[in-house]
Amino acid sequence: MAQPKEVIKEKSMVLQKEMLAKQFHDLSTAKESGKKVVYTFVPGNLTELILSFDMLPVYPEINALQSGMRKKSASYIKDAEKMGFSEDVCTYVKCDIGMMLNGNIGPTGEKLPDPDLLLLSYTGCFTFMKWFENLERLYPGVPVAMLHTPYQEDGQITDDQVQYMVKQLKEEVIPKMEQVSGKKYNHDRLSKMMENSARSEDLLVNVLESAKRVPTPIDAYFAGVYYIGPIFTAFRGTEEAVEYYSELWNEVQQRIQLGLGPITPEGELKEEKFRLVMEGPPNWTNFREFWKIFYDMGAVIVASSYTKVGGVYDLGFRHEPDKPLESLSKYCMGCYTNMNLPQRVGMLEQYVKEYKADGFLINSIKSCNSFSAGQLMIMREIEQRTGVPVGFIESDLVDPRYFSYANIKNRLESYFQMLEQRKIILAQEGTTV
Amino acid sequence: MKHFDDILSYCEKAAFDLNFTLAKNWKKEKQDRVLVGYLPIYVPREIIHAANGLPVGIMGAGDRKQIIKGDAYYQSYICHLPRGIIEMALDTNLNDFDGFLFPAICDCIRNLSGMFKLSRKGKFQRYFDYPQNFDPAIGGAFYSQEMEKVMDDIYRINGIKVTNEKLNYAIKLYNRNRKLIEEIYRIRQEFPWRLSAVETYHILRAGITMPVEEHNEILSQVVEAISEERGEPMDNIRVVVTGSFCEQPPIGLIKSIEMAGCYIVDDDFMQGSRWILGDIQDDTNEPLKALTDAYINQSTFASAYYDVGNPKGKRLVELVRSRNGDGVIFCAASFCDPALLDRPMMQKECDEAGIPHINFQFHENTGQFKVIKEQAGTFSDSIKLWV
Ligand code: SF4
Ligand code: SF4
Repeated sequence: MAQPKEVIKEKSMVLQKEMLAKQFHDLSTAKESGKKVVYTFVPGNLTELILSFDMLPVYPEINALQSGMRKKSASYIKDAEKMGFSEDVCTYVKCDIGMMLNGNIGPTGEKLPDPDLLLLSYTGCFTFMKWFENLERLYPGVPVAMLHTPYQEDGQITDDQVQYMVKQLKEEVIPKMEQVSGKKYNHDRLSKMMENSARSEDLLVNVLESAKRVPTPIDAYFAGVYYIGPIFTAFRGTEEAVEYYSELWNEVQQRIQLGLGPITPEGELKEEKFRLVMEGPPNWTNFREFWKIFYDMGAVIVASSYTKVGGVYDLGFRHEPDKPLESLSKYCMGCYTNMNLPQRVGMLEQYVKEYKADGFLINSIKSCNSFSAGQLMIMREIEQRTGVPVGFIESDLVDPRYFSYANIKNRLESYFQMLEQRKIILAQEGTTV
Repeated sequence: MKHFDDILSYCEKAAFDLNFTLAKNWKKEKQDRVLVGYLPIYVPREIIHAANGLPVGIMGAGDRKQIIKGDAYYQSYICHLPRGIIEMALDTNLNDFDGFLFPAICDCIRNLSGMFKLSRKGKFQRYFDYPQNFDPAIGGAFYSQEMEKVMDDIYRINGIKVTNEKLNYAIKLYNRNRKLIEEIYRIRQEFPWRLSAVETYHILRAGITMPVEEHNEILSQVVEAISEERGEPMDNIRVVVTGSFCEQPPIGLIKSIEMAGCYIVDDDFMQGSRWILGDIQDDTNEPLKALTDAYINQSTFASAYYDVGNPKGKRLVELVRSRNGDGVIFCAASFCDPALLDRPMMQKECDEAGIPHINFQFHENTGQFKVIKEQAGTFSDSIKLWV
């Protein structure tokens, strides 16, 4: 039994590794191959549109998180602080700027190309706007295309908002893409890509929702950001993405059939003790250690909000081939960070209930206002609405100064003890009823 | 005219009345009046006025209220302003307000709008989105829609439809308000000793707590008073203080800068009241369009406003030059991403223009100003040595 499990597990991961290596290689040779490069962001990304012009996207947040994982972020952040950036501000920005000041070397050790277009779509975070104002000065003369995504202030996406975004796409974004790429906008090509997107999205949702099973075959946070989600952003709309997610879904189905738990870096989780819903981004500088605290205690994350910053497909959204621009607009507006607080609470409440979670946990990021401001209220609301114990820990995305292993471990251990006790009480109540 | 000192103390009291007595009394006088609180920085107050509303600026609790409950809503690494506002919302300070507007300036204010929604404070809680596309047909149309939503919110409360006539009238009143404020700054630029920065701050901040008609009266009396000699000129340097103020500086901070030998010849403390530069057309058949055009073409520079094409660093340098300033004091709220992320770019522009600068960070309830005073003093001395 153990043999095929290893093989199955590796296939999607190997596929992912190859895809990412190729992507960074393509980027490092972009200038020679004549490909144009677009810097843009993950939430509300226009990947299909960029790819439809044969351009290559670069996501600065991904570079920042990769720098965090490769232990480079501390010195990058310091370099940005030397330039005058305050200790208080978003460390993703500082890490990215530091990386650029140090030669813009990407995660594979190859240099990332300078941008030919800065595509500023700042879905759900103001810091993105500031980030790009800074990039604009680091790369003077590079055209900037701004796509303003209205916030879901009323908890819904209105026709007026869609029209506003479509107008921006038609009159601001697409003309700039045409100008930079030297190609004409190709509606049919974009539609075709959206078919692929929708297929990948169906598959991704299958994978994510498999965590509703008890025990779950996947970890929807650590594994979610580690190997389930990353392909989505840069490859959505491609045949490769469909292939990757088909493979992944097959693997998950097999795990279900075999009754296997989620994959962790040290093999599969043997016993699922606690099922949690997680809010907030992870820490990248100590990702493995952080994850280990959970799987050592038999805790698994069954649903998370962070894996929805690139789209909330499990609530029903799919890219629509018939109306590509409208659907891109709705996609941008629908991302988790662009949902208002009552919507976010509603979604998390639904997760706790539907994924049969034992607890709700927040990892609050010191430098990320977009997530952190309001989290304590979210926590209270979830506690009131669901009755599950809530937990709160603090760290940072890429600044190792704010990751205190001992502190986090202590807090989590007490939290898991609390969950344990509650389980016992509930079991006793169950027997007396 | 009332005695000038009385005007000043009236303004000081109004500026820091966290119970908003003037506004609440105004509301009580007639049934269809509504109170709309707005958070920093800017909202087009004209549309509220035209709908029989009083726009009231809620600039935080500053150092005037003890924060007990608010801290339980915010982590230590989030700026101070929203916790003071939550404290006021949980106490009685914001009772009688009909609705709240949260301008799109940062993620904290944005999420605060959600917190108000979740706690159902007021009859409406609206996040007021600014377009970051400045094409009148695209971003402009969006901005008009945002304004219409606010007018609808108020209509649902008092049934009052905004007419062109009412809107033009409101524009006229606010044009006068802005003009008088700028006149005060113009006089102060020439004779900074006639009205201190602290007094100026009180006068401006009082304005967002009372009807514009009353504030206009006060402002004209101030202009009249400072058109004549008052106070004594001192051997001070002339600085521009900038921090894209959303969270407001404690008065002690402004005082410390002044006491350290600096005339503050311009600042962006109350930038919402000075957001639109120049007049807005007040005699058109499309006043909403006039407001939109003004937002698109006549906005000041600020962290909340995407600046590609018109960089704020350059605009700051122009401002310093036009005020004949000797230097800049950057003064941003701690943990304020928008202001702090702007700072390096703006400092660079100052360096290139040869304008000296220093910087501080503050909390609205900072109580210690010794370091700030010393730094500002050294700054002032060093400039005097060079000049
Ligand atoms: S503030 Fe948060 S969401 Fe925004 S760029 Fe930084 S890490 Fe990302
Ligand atoms: S002080 Fe800065 S971060 Fe805080 S609410 Fe105001 S603009 Fe936002």
